[in-house]
Amino acid sequence: MDGIHDMGGMHGWGTVSIDPDEPVFREDWHGRAFAMGAMSMGLSGTNLDAFRHGLERLHPYDYLADGYYGRWLACAETLLVDSGVLAPGAVDARARNLSGESVTEPEDVEENKPVYERGGGGSLREIDDPPAFSVGDRVRAREIRTDGHTRMPRYIRGHTGTIHAHRPAALLPDTNAHFEGENPQHVYTVEFDSNELWGPGAEAAVLRIDLFESYLEAS
Amino acid sequence: MADPTKNKDRLPPEVRAEALESLLAERGLIKSEVLDGFINRMVNDVGPMNGAKVVAKAWVDEDYRAQLLADGTGAIKEMGFAGPQGEHIVVVENSDAVHNVVVCTLCSCYPWPVLGLPPEWYKDPAYRSRMVREPRTLLGEMGLDLDDGVEVRVWDSSAENRYLVLPQRPEGTESLAEDELAALVTRDAMVGVAKVSAG
Repeated sequence: MDGIHDMGGMHGWGTVSIDPDEPVFREDWHGRAFAMGAMSMGLSGTNLDAFRHGLERLHPYDYLADGYYGRWLACAETLLVDSGVLAPGAVDARARNLSGESVTEPEDVEENKPVYERGGGGSLREIDDPPAFSVGDRVRAREIRTDGHTRMPRYIRGHTGTIHAHRPAALLPDTNAHFEGENPQHVYTVEFDSNELWGPGAEAAVLRIDLFESYLEAS
Repeated sequence: MADPTKNKDRLPPEVRAEALESLLAERGLIKSEVLDGFINRMVNDVGPMNGAKVVAKAWVDEDYRAQLLADGTGAIKEMGFAGPQGEHIVVVENSDAVHNVVVCTLCSCYPWPVLGLPPEWYKDPAYRSRMVREPRTLLGEMGLDLDDGVEVRVWDSSAENRYLVLPQRPEGTESLAEDELAALVTRDAMVGVAKVSAG
């Protein structure tokens, strides 16, 4: 989806500073949110791609305001409510009651976990299909436009590059995130020149990015 | 008009985290000790100290360096480091001619087994937006000035491959032992936003 998460190449964000003394978790709740986010995939019967899509589905204002662990927390709630493990509004009502208000918490709802085939743990898969592309081939990134999940960023679409490396096959996030099948396929690291991506006058650099076979066509 | 960037009805995240934990605990779905285990693992067991051991070994052992560049996942697993976000790790080597740097523009993918969880700067929209478009300028702002002749290679980790930068061994470290070298290697150098200095 063309969301706030797809940040590559955007202007206006200012500079980056490094805090050399940053702890792993700056606040206690960051660690709790991280752990519950990680566990929410199993508890909701979903998967890592659905989790990433859950982050993308947050409202853009919330995506930015929540910060990294705030997003994990909101995403955990989203997946658990989608799967009926928690009722809509349950977290808000409990939070209000913990804050000294007295509100009625919603009744539990019926579980609604997704039903789909899984080809094993993790994301890597063995496949028999021969790879469509070889190292050195020129390829064009397809103009994939979807309101669902994809790992094709906007800044790559429509641009032409060269296959740099053939990586292990993996399930396709675009379908797996929506429980529509794993569709495992070859993955390639594709190299793009900065002028191809950003126009003449771009800063000289080589950009390498991992793209699924169905994202690419011969050029 | 109300400030659209603030959802005033939403309670602060620390309260919502407590609420979510209590709801899941009373349904028997999570235990506090299990959450503690997740947290302890990320704080104590994984982190840049793991990647630093890999880098130092590659600096002193030419066979290991070759293996690491050919099969990062296998060579890293040999050192005892594996797990989530490390299914397939690719190691890319810096030299006088090439400087590699890693980003994830779509979220904040990062090689957990060797570097732990990503720092705030790696997750900053400024880093995610600019590193693919003006890497040399951004590296300069972050304190790393590269010579004009150096080729900058930016790796956007958009699938399940994770990237670790093998930094250059600094001059003046010839007499150091492997564990002394590991103590010099920083997280920032293994992402590619800094060089390792001799201390």
